[in-house]
Formats: sequence, structure tokens, C-alpha cells
Amino acid sequence: MMSDKRTRTTSGLAAKIATTVVIIGIVLTAVIWPYLARADYLVADLSKRRIDITLGFSGAEVLLFGATDGGGDVVVVVRGPKQPVVVRKKERFLGIWANHDWMRFNDVPAYYYVASSKPLETIASHATLSRIEVGFDSIPLTPSDASPGADAESFRAALIGAKERQGLYSTGPGQVTYIGGRLFRTTVSFPATVATGAYTVEVFLIRNGNIDSAQRWPLFITKVGLSAEVYDRAHKNSAFYGLIAIVIALMAGWLGAIGLRKA
Amino acid sequence: MQVYLPIAELSVDIFLLLAMGAAVGFVSSLFGVGGGFLVTPLLIFVGIPPTVAVATQVNQVVGASLSGAIAHWRRGNIDFKMGAVLMVGTLAGSTAGVWLFGVLRKFGQIDLVIILMYIVFLGGIAALMISEIVRAIMRERRSPGQRLKLHQHTWLHGLPFKMRFRKSRLYISALLPLILGLVTGLLVAMMGVGGGFLLVPSKIYLLGMSTTLAVGTSLFQTIFVAMNTTFLQAVENQTVDILLAVVLLAGGLAGTQIGARMGTRLKGDQLRLLLALMIVAVWIKLVYDVISTPENLYSLEVVTR
Repeated sequence: MMSDKRTRTTSGLAAKIATTVVIIGIVLTAVIWPYLARADYLVADLSKRRIDITLGFSGAEVLLFGATDGGGDVVVVVRGPKQPVVVRKKERFLGIWANHDWMRFNDVPAYYYVASSKPLETIASHATLSRIEVGFDSIPLTPSDASPGADAESFRAALIGAKERQGLYSTGPGQVTYIGGRLFRTTVSFPATVATGAYTVEVFLIRNGNIDSAQRWPLFITKVGLSAEVYDRAHKNSAFYGLIAIVIALMAGWLGAIGLRKA
Repeated sequence: MQVYLPIAELSVDIFLLLAMGAAVGFVSSLFGVGGGFLVTPLLIFVGIPPTVAVATQVNQVVGASLSGAIAHWRRGNIDFKMGAVLMVGTLAGSTAGVWLFGVLRKFGQIDLVIILMYIVFLGGIAALMISEIVRAIMRERRSPGQRLKLHQHTWLHGLPFKMRFRKSRLYISALLPLILGLVTGLLVAMMGVGGGFLLVPSKIYLLGMSTTLAVGTSLFQTIFVAMNTTFLQAVENQTVDILLAVVLLAGGLAGTQIGARMGTRLKGDQLRLLLALMIVAVWIKLVYDVISTPENLYSLEVVTR
């Protein structure tokens, strides 16, 4: 009787355990699955991770390509190393234009590029975009020092405007192109005036206004070969470098004088 | 064809740079001025940072002035004694200039001060030269054939420490070339040019040297001034771009040949008129830049140190 009851209880317990396991399994799958699958939503890569500045360097282009599992929008952000920048404003004194007000920004990205598959405002809310520093007004630029009376807003706008004119800052829709709804690509171009250093390239997949998936790479822009050699010598052995510069000029001048005698 | 300049950190069309170098060579062999005052603004216009443009330009002037000086030395156009006295003044002036540069920089107005100095000095020289040329033309019309006085005596000739400069056929106070050198040295340090554009007309109009001697002596003196400045710029600011200098020098070699050939064909008066016109052109451009409303009121400066 006792054993019979125990058996019944045991079998009841087993059934309960089995049910629990199944339920937990279903719940876990439901919760974890998106995370497991998330890695498959977005796969992308860069055509190169390093840009060499040689003597023939006249700017460079990097191709970013990848695939999504369909749907959603892609946003690409490229940021350069941070530099301190002083912005000066000219004013007229007695008919002459002279620098007057100034403002210093400590962490200005040397380069900033945003590309997206659709106009940014249709992809996500301003708050979402500024969280991933997308859009000029999301770049964290805070003045560290300024002349009295300098207006932070206009200096900030002037800084971004000047960077845009130099081809170092740009943001615009339509630069990420979809091929067949799943494959995407964009070309990031760097002008010849690009700063050396460590850049970051980020790609975001945004769905229904939410960031679904992201990937990030470092990109290094460095001087190599003769241009690196010249730069290093100029900064490390500057006295020797100066003498070499003088000797080269003297030799060229002497060569010119020989030419003059023959003339 | 683009070439990347490692110190300026940008790439520029190599043929454009060669043409600029040729212009310097041409101007320097024709007029005995370094040509820095013409090419530095052009380099800046191409996008090369002003500090690099100024320092590298001075480096090229070393070569340009050496080949010019050798050519003039062969023709006996250098007054070494005058050059030496001037050089003493120039070296003292450039030392003071480096110090003054630092003081003005603290006030953040060094760029404007440099341009205003250019405007004042170039304007003065141009006015002197043009009035001289006009007077010469008038004299010629009034009394053709009459021999002109070698030079006129002014209060400048009453100064003490008289010294004889045989080559220049001058007996003047040593203070004159010393002060002239001092002022030139100041300008070289502060404006980053060889100073020839100021020296040549001053030697002609203030000291009374002949045009050819003024040109030859200036070139001789400029070699040393430019060497000193190049070295200081390389050590202090690391702004000398050897690659840019080499391209400019290569262009300069061609320009020097053309300039020297033309120089032998032109007469002294014509040479002076050409130089005056060029100075006036640069002067107008500088005044226009300072007065006209700039396209962009704001400018950026990436702070490196």
C-alpha cells in the first residue's frame, strides 16, 4: 500500500519535472533565441583595416560590405582620432579683419562620416541616434576654454562647417546601398588631408527604431616608407634633419649655378 | 600627379609645385630676391599650413640664392665687405625677431602683425621705387644727354663711423648697412622670408648701390640668413618639409636658368620697373585680403602641442 502510494507519487513527480523542463525550455528558447540569432542579423566586413600613407597617397577609399537577414536599415559611422582644435572668429577693427573671439575644443574627431540606407530621421528617433553618436549634433563637442563672450553654439557650428568644407565631416542618406534586399555596401572615402591615427568603424542594424545589432572595427591610418621616415627624422633628430635640408638645398643651388655657367 | 608631403600632411599636384619652384628661381635670379614673399602665399593658397609653407620656403631660398650668388660672383657683382656688415646686422636682427615673435604670439595676433608689416614695408618700397622711376623718366624728357649726379647727399651721409666700400664706390656710415641688416633680420625671423625684396630696393635707394651690385650682394647675404632660419625652423618647429623643398628646388633650377638669360637682356631701369610692378601687385593683394570681408569668418587650428 505504502509502496504503491510511493510509486504513484514518484510517477507524479516525474511528470511534474518533465513538464517544468519543457516549460523552462520553451521560455528559455523564447528568451535566448533572439540573442542567438542576433549574430546572424548582421554580418559585415571592411575591404581593409589599415591605410598606408605613402608618397603617392592622394586619399583612400574603404569598402564596407555585409548582409542582413532582410529588412531594417543600416547606419555606418566612422570616427577619426580626437584632436584639440582652436576655432577663431575674425572681426572688423578700423577696416581690418582680425582674429578676435576664440574657443578651444579638446576632443574633436579628426574625421567623422555617417552613411545610412535611408534618411536618418526616418530610421530612428533622435534620442536613439544620439546614443550611438550619429548626426552632427550628437558629436560630443564641448568647449574647454574660450574668450569671454564667445557663443558656444555658433563656434560649434563653425567648427563642423569648416570640417565639412575640408571633406573631413560628412553625413547623408542613401550612401549605404542595398543589393537584393539583403546585401549592402558603402564606400568610405578619406581625403589626402586625413589625420593619422586609430579610427573606428561601426555598423548598426536598426529595426523599428531600435538598434538590433552592431559591429565595430578599428581602422589604422599610418605613414609608411619614405614619408614615415621623413616625418620621424624631422621630429626625432630635428637638428640633423635641418642640416640635411640645408645640404640638399646647397647642392641644388650649386647644380643650378653649373647650369648657369653652361648657359 | 599627386605627391604626399609628409610634414605638411597632404598631397599636392607635383607639377603645380614645380611651377611654383620655377617662379621662385626665375624671380630670384632676375631680381636678387628670394621670391619667398611671392611663393609663400601661393603655397598657403594650395592648402599647405602657413608654418610649413614659411619654413620650407626659406629652405628653398638657400638653394636659389646660392646659385644666383655664384652667377653674380662670376660677373663680379658682389660687394663682400658690404655683405659682411649687413650680415652682422641681420644676425642680430633675426635673434631679436625670434624673441619679438614669441611676445606677439602670446597676444594671438602674430598673423595680422606679419601681414600689416608686409603692407607697410612693401608699400613704402613700392612708393619709393615708382617715384624714382617717374622722376627718372621726367629728367630724361627735360634734359636729354645731361649727365646725372652719382647720388644726392642727404642727412644719411652725415652719420658717424664712415666706412669705405670700394666695390660699391661708396663712402658711407657703417651704421646704415648695420641698421638695414637689423631691420631685415627682424623681418626674416618674423615673416619667414629671405628679406631680399626689402634689401635690394633699400640698397639701391638708401645706400646708393648700383642695381646689379645690390642684387648680387643680397643673394650672397641671403644664403646665410636662409641657412640659419632653416636650421632654427627645423629644430624649433619641425616645420621644414624636405620633400616639398626638393620639388620646389627642382623647379627652381629651371626657373633660374630662364631668369638669368632674361636678366642679361634687360636694362637696370626695366628690371627695377618690373620689380616695382610685382611688389605693387603683391601689395594690392595683401591690402585686399585684410580689408575685404573674408569668405569664412571662422578659422580652425589643430593644436599639435
